[in-house]
Amino acid sequence: MAKTLFEKIWDKHVVLQEPGQPALLYIDCHLVHEVTSPQAFEGLRLAGRKVRRSDLTYATVDHNVPTTDRSLPIVDQVSLQQINTLTQNCSDFGIQFFGLDNPSQGIVHVIGPEMGITQPGMTIVCGDSHTSTHGAFGALAFGIGTSEVEHVLATQCLVQAKPRTFRISLNGSLHPGVTAKDVILYIIRTIGTAGATGYVLEYAGEAIRKMSMEERMTICNMSIEGGARAGMIAPDDTTFDYLEGRSYSPTGKRFQEAVDYWQTLPTDPAAQFDRELTLEIGDLPPQVSWGTSPGMVTDVTGNIPNPEDSSDPVEQKTIQRALDYMGLRAGMPVGEIAIDRVFIGSCTNSRIEDLRAAAKVVQGRKVSSSVHAMVVPGSQPVKRLAESEGLDAIFREAGFEWRESGCSMCLAMNPDVLQPGERCASTSNRNFEGRQGKGGRTHLVGPEMAAAAAIEGRFVDIRNWDRD
Amino acid sequence: MEAFVKHTGLVAALNRVNVDTDQIIPKQFLKRIERTGFGQFLFFDWRFLEDGSPDPAFELNRTEFAGASILVAGDNFGCGSSREHAPWALLDYGFKVIIAPSFADIFFNNCFKNGMLPIKVSQTLVDQIFEKVAAQPGYQLAVDLEAQVIRDDSGLEIPFEVEPFRRESLLRGLDEIGLTLKKDAAIRDYEERREVFR
Repeated sequence: MAKTLFEKIWDKHVVLQEPGQPALLYIDCHLVHEVTSPQAFEGLRLAGRKVRRSDLTYATVDHNVPTTDRSLPIVDQVSLQQINTLTQNCSDFGIQFFGLDNPSQGIVHVIGPEMGITQPGMTIVCGDSHTSTHGAFGALAFGIGTSEVEHVLATQCLVQAKPRTFRISLNGSLHPGVTAKDVILYIIRTIGTAGATGYVLEYAGEAIRKMSMEERMTICNMSIEGGARAGMIAPDDTTFDYLEGRSYSPTGKRFQEAVDYWQTLPTDPAAQFDRELTLEIGDLPPQVSWGTSPGMVTDVTGNIPNPEDSSDPVEQKTIQRALDYMGLRAGMPVGEIAIDRVFIGSCTNSRIEDLRAAAKVVQGRKVSSSVHAMVVPGSQPVKRLAESEGLDAIFREAGFEWRESGCSMCLAMNPDVLQPGERCASTSNRNFEGRQGKGGRTHLVGPEMAAAAAIEGRFVDIRNWDRD
Repeated sequence: MEAFVKHTGLVAALNRVNVDTDQIIPKQFLKRIERTGFGQFLFFDWRFLEDGSPDPAFELNRTEFAGASILVAGDNFGCGSSREHAPWALLDYGFKVIIAPSFADIFFNNCFKNGMLPIKVSQTLVDQIFEKVAAQPGYQLAVDLEAQVIRDDSGLEIPFEVEPFRRESLLRGLDEIGLTLKKDAAIRDYEERREVFR
């Protein structure tokens, strides 16, 4: 029978399936971080349980870590305790740990792929909603809560009801300066923040095939912002080339055997999806979020919506509330929005290609005097590579801060926080009220758009912006 | 896990859509390594003013909602992060049941793991409940998971769906990890036939 990519992976991982019951699904890879795991380890201890497969479990610290000088002690004692707790738990349970002093440390969704831990055909979970990122490799990857983290630690399995399938096909070639981030923001704008709830997304089409692995990760990363727990892309030569030679990738003859298997994974031509959508993205302008939900997105050439444009009173109220919070006037052009802060980073856009693209925009220019801008590389390897290419110098000379790796101001759990009323062009994934700091105002954009906003102090259309 | 069979309680209305987990429990409170004590931080940024006093404009601060244990809200409740601190905070504050037209997947799932019941009910019925809450201070609902029905004392009766395994788990307060551990032989079988590329 013809199957989708998702169905092939699902079927291969069913340990037990009783009629009318959810499946018991085997998990190939469990990624762990400091914020959603302490209570799970505590649960294991209380019940006298062990970690079943510490060899399939990988941990790092990212959410809560400072991005300033690592030789200095961590000031926040509560953060420090959480970091130390994970260090101790990994040591007690024999889990591979990429701690603050490890050269591979970084955002969990950056380092998994970077080390080749993430591979096609795998089931991957993590106590983090952006686990969908790993779906870019043709893996079934989704976020779980702490109770399920404990379940996977103890059993290496999860009890899961089978989700439905939803394919989004993307046709056309993007304009220079328009990025994968713009595409995913446009998708969420189109389907809504609950548009894919209950579904696993598969992104397909010629536009996807042309994308690099890093671009594909940006797309899959924000599947959750469209309500889908997982987003997937069929593996192809781009995937295999990316994986070859990474530290956890198979080598030699084993690599070829792996590729032979991975090539069987793409959706069969006759396979059926529960839902399908095709989008033309050839003329897509850069996208900018204007509100407090990731579906509140418009073109950079567009205007801020007017609540009166909607006939639905609930929607009117929602738009008005978002405008009030964001301090925006209905109908004003996006290009008139003045920016105070710029954040380039997060599991969405902190990889080397993102930093290269942003550096190209800022090279030889200066950050606007009214803007405070920072770059937070996704991992230590990204940081070192960027430095070897001189990107850090480009950013610093332009007036950006160049930081250590971590989640940083994407969720502002560490000291990187917006002040009330500050407005930020951010390459992260959520623009919820208070997400980057209480009263902070977030506009989600791609890396080039964020970089140009830092220079100009407001949003510009990167397609026409004078790059000299 | 504590079992959930029936619950009757005061209803609080939060008529907003896309209530996200960053609002339910802001990130500054995720640094704790315990499961308990999150109720004091529930909806922190909406609930409290700069000086720490309750914001009178926030729905849950209304005196008539003090002691509420059933929360009714708009579409896509619990969207955003996977933080289980969100259901922990709602539960610790006193909520046992959340009623909304739709929920985000991970949040929905997390509720069941903590003995809290999220119920999907049509927008029309949710609107009806909002109206009743507004018109009748002290409005209560009785939720019966066994019979899968919500009732009030003026004849309202709303049947609801819940997946059989989730219902069973809640009704009996099952230890899901313990149940999976009993399937150890099947898991070991699977591990033997599992192909690995490293």
